Amino acid sequence: MSVVSAVVQLGVVVLGSPLLVGVMRQMRARMEGRVGPGALQPWRDLRKLLRKERIAPRGTSEVFQFAPVLLMATTLVVAAVAPFLTISPVLGPAGDLFAVVALLTLGAAALALAGIDTGTAFGGMGASREMTIIALVEPTLLVAIFALSVRVGSTNLGDIIRATVDDPALVISPVSLLAAVALALAIIAETGRIPVDNPSTHLELTMVHEAMVLEYAGPDLALVEWASAMRLTVFLGLFVNLFMPWGVATDASLVALLVAVLMFVVKVGVLGSFLAAGEVFMAKLRLFRVPELLAGSFLLALLAVVASYFLA
Amino acid sequence: MNLAAVSFVLALAISILAALTALAVDNRVRLLAAGTLTAAGGAMAVVSGIATLGGQTFVADLPDLLPLFGVHISLDALGGVFVMVTGAVAVVVAIYGIGYARGGALRGRTVQAVVPLFVAAMLLVPAAASVATLLVAWELMALTSLILVVAEHRKRPAVAIAGQWYAVMTHLGLVVILIGLMIFAAHSSDDTFAALRTAADGLSPAIRGVVFVATFAGFASKAGAVPLHAWLPRAHPEAPSHVSALMSAAMVNAGVYGIIRVGFDLLGAGARWWWLLVLVVGAVSAVYGILQAVLSTDLKRLLGYSTTENMGIVLIGVGAAGIFATSGQRVLAGLAMTAALLHVINHAAFKSLLFMAAGSVVQATGTRSLDDLGGLRTTMPATTAMFAVGALAASALPPGAAFVSEWLLLQGLIHGVETAGMATAIAMPLSVAAVALTAGVAVATFVKAFGIGFLAKPRTRAAQNAVERRPEMIAAMLTAAVLCGGLALAPGLIVPQLAPAAGAAGPLLSDPATEGALTIRLQGVSGSLSPVLMMCALMIAAVGVVALTRLASVTRARRTEKRLWDCGAGPLSPRMEYTATSFAEPLQRVFDDVLEPEFDVDVTHVRESRYLVDRIEYRRRVPDRIERRLYEPVLRAVAAWGRGGRGLASGSVHRYLGYGFYTLIGVFVVLAVTR
Repeated sequence: MSVVSAVVQLGVVVLGSPLLVGVMRQMRARMEGRVGPGALQPWRDLRKLLRKERIAPRGTSEVFQFAPVLLMATTLVVAAVAPFLTISPVLGPAGDLFAVVALLTLGAAALALAGIDTGTAFGGMGASREMTIIALVEPTLLVAIFALSVRVGSTNLGDIIRATVDDPALVISPVSLLAAVALALAIIAETGRIPVDNPSTHLELTMVHEAMVLEYAGPDLALVEWASAMRLTVFLGLFVNLFMPWGVATDASLVALLVAVLMFVVKVGVLGSFLAAGEVFMAKLRLFRVPELLAGSFLLALLAVVASYFLA
Repeated sequence: MNLAAVSFVLALAISILAALTALAVDNRVRLLAAGTLTAAGGAMAVVSGIATLGGQTFVADLPDLLPLFGVHISLDALGGVFVMVTGAVAVVVAIYGIGYARGGALRGRTVQAVVPLFVAAMLLVPAAASVATLLVAWELMALTSLILVVAEHRKRPAVAIAGQWYAVMTHLGLVVILIGLMIFAAHSSDDTFAALRTAADGLSPAIRGVVFVATFAGFASKAGAVPLHAWLPRAHPEAPSHVSALMSAAMVNAGVYGIIRVGFDLLGAGARWWWLLVLVVGAVSAVYGILQAVLSTDLKRLLGYSTTENMGIVLIGVGAAGIFATSGQRVLAGLAMTAALLHVINHAAFKSLLFMAAGSVVQATGTRSLDDLGGLRTTMPATTAMFAVGALAASALPPGAAFVSEWLLLQGLIHGVETAGMATAIAMPLSVAAVALTAGVAVATFVKAFGIGFLAKPRTRAAQNAVERRPEMIAAMLTAAVLCGGLALAPGLIVPQLAPAAGAAGPLLSDPATEGALTIRLQGVSGSLSPVLMMCALMIAAVGVVALTRLASVTRARRTEKRLWDCGAGPLSPRMEYTATSFAEPLQRVFDDVLEPEFDVDVTHVRESRYLVDRIEYRRRVPDRIERRLYEPVLRAVAAWGRGGRGLASGSVHRYLGYGFYTLIGVFVVLAVTR
């Protein structure tokens, strides 16, 4: 049963993530008064890209070819171990929050190396900006997580979520609220959404993620795009389950699993829609204003940790 | 004589034999003979260290070897860990040195004989069991390393300046350690550690505090902790690379050892403010070190600052262990101490690897500047792969070695909430933030070092014409890389063995922290991590991804080579690439309040028009701010004092005799009045 739930969870994240991106894009399009390509467009894009020939830009090495695979692999592992559907997934003991954050950072670092590896100005620029953001986001994620772990005494995701399910009052504690704001900002930065990065821009002054992956084409680009969508889903999933864990299956029955899938899809979908709606009304920040935002979120995370020590 | 004793004595004997051999034999065989013997001595030390972790001890008293005090040796599990680390580093560095020193000034008698002596001194420090023995071994370690640091002073004038800084700071460190331990020994029957341990209980808190602070200052300076780190980013880059590896991976550990030995073992953990001090120094060192590292464009200076960072993390662990121990939390104290010791081991493995790889690069290209490197992956593929392994281990990402020890440390800090006290409740979260920030910036640092240094296109002709180094150098790096991999994937085999070492540091730390070989499960607190399973999952996922993309694609053709996107403006040149300076520029902007970088931009206009630019020169320097604020005023004051004193020195012998006479009279007068 637990194996079934792990497979279902992986399936939901892998197959649902392009759909999530499609829904968010479609929502933005409608709110901006455009017709939009439809929610299934990311899927069509992926299918088209996967069928194209594979190319190696001149002068690039194995790092460039292997980075999308590593990015995808780290995201898949995280999607498998995180307790999205059941509170104690089969790979639960590996679902350590620090490990999850570090794995996701590993994927981003691999992509940054690939950007440098192309030897183009764009690749280096994207990598430099991405690493600057990562260098500030990773601490925020770690510290915010730490704040949530202190009161539970464990960094295991399942344990933290179980504590919240058992005692819903924890969600409105100052620690949770501070950590939630910090995590939200960090997740926006990490997944490259407005106001930190604009996923639909190709203007060299503002590109971050897109500059880094500019040389990718065909199946490699499909992997990068797909993995980015999965990272967005994983981060949103972590966020909803850390702060709104209701619906997560606490026992191993089939009904509970179905409810959990439904709740997970609804929660992530709603959160994604909020994100998309917010992006319509917001402009991208100037690149050098971004660190101020991230420093602010780091400070909030730190406050959350201090609060967790004092209020424990 | 048990195994630990035999192998330790053999390690020292072989090292000394290596030194004598280097002096005796001629140029052709010297490198091979000295290198092999040093490596053999290192291997013996590893055996001895492992044996002490198995419970064996080695005690020897040689009362006649050193006049007045005698030599006292006692090797326990705590010292054994450091002997093991030093031995392992010595093995790989000695093998590397056989190839590295070929055909340079480094193959001379002095350098080749001093390297094994340096190793022997580093082995003696953790085995010393009396103040005199410790100090003699410490000074021997300082002197031999100083000789090695200045080995290439004829080639570069900067070496001499680095040597001066190192000589002065290491000796000031020795002086404060000497003062601290002398105060301590003055209150005990003799200067052996056994006597000091019994005397420690009778000391007043004030004296214990003075002893701890004095020794901590000296030991922290050896460990390269901020603000006493100034020698480290000078000496590490200027020393020959195999010596840098020895110093950075093995010698700085002696400082950590000293803090643990004196603070926990001899003084019995003492007061909580000691450990808060250690924690704060560690946190500041970690953050300051990594911020300087990320902006460094000099590859070896970057690695040197990274040493400061890693020692900072170790000190955070030691400080946390002390705080837990003084609050009576044995499990957590043992956990934090285990994390600190594991980080010492991990750091030794990856930093020796990184310095050796950097040494190969410097030798092949003649430059340490990352701005001039690049493209080495085609010309030096083996070295590139080795540096990649080291960089992964250093950047605290799984599956890397540092990730495991930092994970252990954070697990310990999570439970700090149960430790009472306002100061603790503020210091602990701040140190967590420091570890987290360090981890984040470390990723950027090593992406920069590896990406800019080894990937992309070569930025200079020197980088383009680099050739792969000799096989023994690659073999040494491969050994270190395998050790890094082992530490990263199977920490479960090593961590439980560290329990006796933590226990030897103090009875408060005696509980084993973890169990399980494949999965580390913490004992007493919840938490588990399995690097091997994580690695397997990553491999399976990667293979699956590759297989599925192949299945999905319509064509089975191999990758075809295509032009890079150049905006239609013709081929891209290496001058268009991002450099290390430009890569770190956004981070420099973020942290410019902390680091105060200096830069000047020089724009030359075309003669005909002010609006057309002919060339732009951009220069950036990141001065060590602490050095400027703390050291320069002191140095100026000392210089002023010296100038003031010069007036007294007229060169007349009569006057000097007069000074002596009047001073003597003065002393008599003081005695007559006070007695």
